[in-house]
Amino acid sequence: MSVFKDAGHLFRFAGLFVLAFLAFLVVRHFVVPKSFGQYGHYRGAAIGEIAARPVKFAGHEKCETCHTDVMDKKKDGRHAHVNCEACHGAQDQHAGDPSAAKVVLPDTAVLCARCHTASAAKPKGFPQVEPADHSQGLPCETCHQPHNPGLDTPKTDTPKTDAGGAK
Amino acid sequence: MNISRRQILILLPAAAVAWKSVLAGTPEASPNYKMSDHWWGMLIDISKCIGCGNCVRACQTENDVPDGLFRTWVERYHVSDENMTSPEVISPDGGKEGFPVAKADEGKYFFVPKMCNHCADSPCTQVCPVGATFISPDGVVLVDRTYCLGCAYCVQACPYGCRYIHPEKKVADKCTLCYHRITKGLTTACCEACPTGARQLADLKNPRDPIHEFLKTHSVQVLKPQMATGAKVFYSDLDGSVR
Repeated sequence: MSVFKDAGHLFRFAGLFVLAFLAFLVVRHFVVPKSFGQYGHYRGAAIGEIAARPVKFAGHEKCETCHTDVMDKKKDGRHAHVNCEACHGAQDQHAGDPSAAKVVLPDTAVLCARCHTASAAKPKGFPQVEPADHSQGLPCETCHQPHNPGLDTPKTDTPKTDAGGAK
Repeated sequence: MNISRRQILILLPAAAVAWKSVLAGTPEASPNYKMSDHWWGMLIDISKCIGCGNCVRACQTENDVPDGLFRTWVERYHVSDENMTSPEVISPDGGKEGFPVAKADEGKYFFVPKMCNHCADSPCTQVCPVGATFISPDGVVLVDRTYCLGCAYCVQACPYGCRYIHPEKKVADKCTLCYHRITKGLTTACCEACPTGARQLADLKNPRDPIHEFLKTHSVQVLKPQMATGAKVFYSDLDGSVR
């Protein structure tokens, strides 16, 4: 075995490498998260964490379970496909506990104008008005019931005034 | 060991049930949601967008997006008759509070809502040095906040400008396609809040999703198709001047 006569230092060096590799495996075991590589080169558990973030918009199906009266008003009108939270804002808290989180009704002067103020940039078929000329300062809900804004179904508790229609 | 026929008849179905649960793998956050059954995208119909900014506000509320940064925003294009290649584009505060009134004059105006395109071959996930951003098995590009270093390579790599560094968390942040909602059977916050149905969440793996009928019967386009990103936000009625 003359080949290995003076090779003691090489074996010691190789041993050092093996030890370092084992140490690397141990450290790696503790440092790399369990789910890393579950689906790809990333931490699989991150998907579940992102999916667990809180919801703030309840979704119209949730609103509809209680507010069936509003659904009946909306269903034949031009706002039938406008979801509740498009105007009323995020309401998941209210849906979870209706008494704790009271819904603040939106200001129609701001709300209606946001969509219906006339602008050349909007699609031609979309109903648009010049707010100042259109209502002479009257609030929108004088003539238009927000849940069913067509003038053929006027709001029952206010008399119909002739302020021009958004057609 | 002696097992009677009676014992085998009881044990075999039990073993089958146990094996089935092993095959099913780890349960996910939403119990009835299977990632392999979905491939998410979005449909944006330019001809329906009125530039109200509802989507931008809804997104900021739902996802606690810091002021001045956007996961989705709306741009208004003004293309003059003879100069199609240099449109005038504005997006005041991301279109969050709507747009100034446009007077009818020469050229055309239209709104373009923008967001992460959840690319199937996304440039942003390819450049991440630590595996903090990835495309999930159901086709949503996500960021792992605990793994992200905040190096912002991905912010530079996104050809659509859809990423930003969160000013407090110091990590990359972006549209998650409301992953916490779609895995619970809800639509995204922007789709929920859109009054005209200009935005629609689409599940390309669901054969009953109306997206398939729409894609068959309309001309649709993705943004920057020349970059071959596999973008999954489909635009209907998109003007050629949109970049």
